[in-house]
Amino acid sequence: MTNRVMIEARGLVKRYGDFTAVKGIDLEVKEGEIFGFLGPNGAGKSTTIKMLTTIARLTDGLARVAGHDVARETDEVRSSLGIVFQDPTLDIGLTAWENLYLHGLLYGLSRTETRERADAVLAMMELQERRKDLVKTFSGGMKRRLEIARGLMHRPKVLFLDEPTVGLDPQTRARIWDYVKTLRDENGLTIFMTTHYMDEAEHCDRIAIMDQGEIIALDTPDNLKRSVGNDVITLQTANDAQAIAALSANFSITARAVQGGVQFDAEDGETFLPQLLARNLFHVTSLNLRKPTLDDVFMLLTGRTIREEDLGARDQMREAFRQRRSQR
Amino acid sequence: MSLRAVYVVWLRELIKFWREKARIVTSLVQPAVWLFVMGKGLSGFVHLHGSFSGSYTAFMLPGVMGMTVLFASIFSSVSIIWDRDFGFLKEMLVAPVPRSALVFGKILSGATVAMIQGTLVLVFSPFVGVQLSFSGVMEAMGTMFLLSLSLSGLGIAVATRMTSMQGFQLVMNFLLMPMYFLSGAIYPLQGLPTWMSVIARIDPLAYGVDALKWALIRFHQFSLSVDYAVLVGLAVVFTLIATSLFKMEG
Repeated sequence: MTNRVMIEARGLVKRYGDFTAVKGIDLEVKEGEIFGFLGPNGAGKSTTIKMLTTIARLTDGLARVAGHDVARETDEVRSSLGIVFQDPTLDIGLTAWENLYLHGLLYGLSRTETRERADAVLAMMELQERRKDLVKTFSGGMKRRLEIARGLMHRPKVLFLDEPTVGLDPQTRARIWDYVKTLRDENGLTIFMTTHYMDEAEHCDRIAIMDQGEIIALDTPDNLKRSVGNDVITLQTANDAQAIAALSANFSITARAVQGGVQFDAEDGETFLPQLLARNLFHVTSLNLRKPTLDDVFMLLTGRTIREEDLGARDQMREAFRQRRSQR
Repeated sequence: MSLRAVYVVWLRELIKFWREKARIVTSLVQPAVWLFVMGKGLSGFVHLHGSFSGSYTAFMLPGVMGMTVLFASIFSSVSIIWDRDFGFLKEMLVAPVPRSALVFGKILSGATVAMIQGTLVLVFSPFVGVQLSFSGVMEAMGTMFLLSLSLSGLGIAVATRMTSMQGFQLVMNFLLMPMYFLSGAIYPLQGLPTWMSVIARIDPLAYGVDALKWALIRFHQFSLSVDYAVLVGLAVVFTLIATSLFKMEG
């Protein structure tokens, strides 16, 4: 990560009629950073991405990507960013290679350069063997990889990924993350992504949590989780009353008896537990250490959870459509 | 950069056209039905007055080519709706290229495809008694290209305002069939009730069909300079309308 600011937003506002989708947000993303944009559906994430990628006009405020003003230097901004949209945007009637080739030419690369880049990005996303196949024969995960490959064709400085793992199986999701990290580590790419999977946001260097058009938290995942509170440890012991007394006498910890054992908070559970066990004060039959999650962070900040159930009808349809399409 | 974008859009459509070679052959079915089922059936009853001495099917051939150009042009502009539904339109809209270049590319590819399909109809010419000359074929191809520029522009203008395929088909049924029937493709535009000849006068296809008839069977009803002036004018106007409507897209 360098100190160069690759994405900058100041007082970004987007209004649709009476509805304000984005209510004046500020953010700064450094070169080589993986920046996660979290929030429930309808929080304004996609609208923000649309403004940063010149698709939607800004109602108010200022935004720069790779040093270019998104409102006035549209073409420069577009040339310096790669986008992978939430919905597929490949031409499924063309081959993988044709999709890449046309993209390269469209972004002003020479024919020779286009061919070289197409081969390079296909290799990077491990799709060389399918280069001559029509995209309609691809699985959902392969299509997503091809979209990322295409977004990289013109050597962008910033890669925008809008919900890149929605509708993919866990293995494919993990694989997409590996690619994203490789891109950052080896190419120094800045990555800006949205997700509503809290577990995935752990991969990001920094996270902004958005809710109802506002950024309500912005920090590293660890700091955010620390802000929520301590680790929660649950022990099953041979004698719960004895254990509670021992914890109080030796560590001045107030433990509580809960269903299935003894529970207490600890600031740093990983280091505390070995210390406790080494003293052999009482017999522990099983233990559970629960660290705060980003779900807890979101819950604390908004009083709600981000869950699949929160998906609106439109998103459910979209997801079903997407899965059906990727099965073809 | 802009010319490049026009080329990329054009190239994409041509790749897809070429990939569906089977459809190129089936696109000859409809012209064949018109010429041999409709044309041969009616030829016993139809007596063409005036300056045309050939057979009725010969008279129909350029008209059927005009129809092929009409449907091919509109079909190619419909692909904008597909592109929107399947997301590819977004990929083009975020590219660092002017939107007008995307529209020009789409119109040019539509015209190229329509010209090729229209020209293929000429394989029927020996069976309907039309003698082809090299210059006549060249003239016909040029006319079809020009005609298709305006029809593709019209199709794109309509497609940008349409959100669904069904809506587009509805509009096109109300537009396409009357355009075809009133173009002079299947009967000469003479001795018609006033309302019909008025509509025929504002039918872009009528001028294309007239010029095609002159190129291939040396028959025409309008002056050729009027034909070409109208075709060029409409191509310009519809391209401008399509471009300005497309700029509101997204």
